[in-house]
Amino acid sequence: MASGSSIDVLGQFELHPVLGGLGEAIRLSQSPVYMVIACALVLAFLFYGMKPAAVVPGRLQAAAEICYEFVRNLAVDTIGPEGTTFFPFIFALFFFILAGNYLGLIPHSFTFTSHIAVTFALAIMVFVISIIVSLKVQGFKFFAHFMPAGAPVALAPLLVPIEILSFLSRPVSLSIRLFANMVAGHVMFDIFASFVIMLAGLGFIGDVLAVGPIVINIALIGLELLVGVLQAYVFAILTCIYLREAVAH
Amino acid sequence: MDIAAAREIGAGIAVIALAGVGIGLGNIFSTLVSSIARNPAARPHVFGLGMLGFALTEAVALFALLIAFLILFV
Repeated sequence: MASGSSIDVLGQFELHPVLGGLGEAIRLSQSPVYMVIACALVLAFLFYGMKPAAVVPGRLQAAAEICYEFVRNLAVDTIGPEGTTFFPFIFALFFFILAGNYLGLIPHSFTFTSHIAVTFALAIMVFVISIIVSLKVQGFKFFAHFMPAGAPVALAPLLVPIEILSFLSRPVSLSIRLFANMVAGHVMFDIFASFVIMLAGLGFIGDVLAVGPIVINIALIGLELLVGVLQAYVFAILTCIYLREAVAH
Repeated sequence: MDIAAAREIGAGIAVIALAGVGIGLGNIFSTLVSSIARNPAARPHVFGLGMLGFALTEAVALFALLIAFLILFV
């Protein structure tokens, strides 16, 4: 057995077929189910938020409008005027990741962004879109990016591979950042929850001491609420930065 | 030594990298606080960049954690 520790922290990320016989027949696991729930939540939020369409918004409409404006300002401030083209993509990305991160905080649910497969798919999508946009807007001048302006030409054989490597590491860092944040958060929940069970087995003094890890878990939920929105924001703003480099002339 | 012990030692060594991350995060927030203290009106401008810097530095911490997990469990 790996590591010999008696706390099974990574078992919570395993996928199992859901929905009984139907799930086993079509190999449906928790991940796609929660992705559908996340999309449905975001769509319902926007649809019912904007349904009243009042000039003076009520609370839900104000919330929907704030979310729209926040992402729109993010896209247009970072990418420039062409940001309006990419705004729906950034919006979908931000809210999909945000909903995914937050759905995972509900007890007994599943965080689909905690799988490297999901985050790598999102990151590769961003990477490929940025390359396609670069090639379309800049043509083959795109490859001039790898030789930073103002550097002596003699250093080119050293600089260009480093620049290429740092460019290729973008999807890797983007995906690992989100995935590792989510895994670390949920692993910490599991560890402190296991401490509670382990302490409670020690009799009365254990029952008293077990309140400590519970309080820590409550504080960790607050931290994960912050980390969830921060990681979605960082994914979105890094996408905007890559797209800004792509559309720059 | 047996493989399980070596794994645990390796995972422990891998998280020494978090020292650098702690210094980096402290740098970011100290500069953030002193720039807001010098010029409170600049807060909306620098706060977003501060959060971006925090998340990017935290990512390095999580790369180290990832290596520790890979050593420990894979």
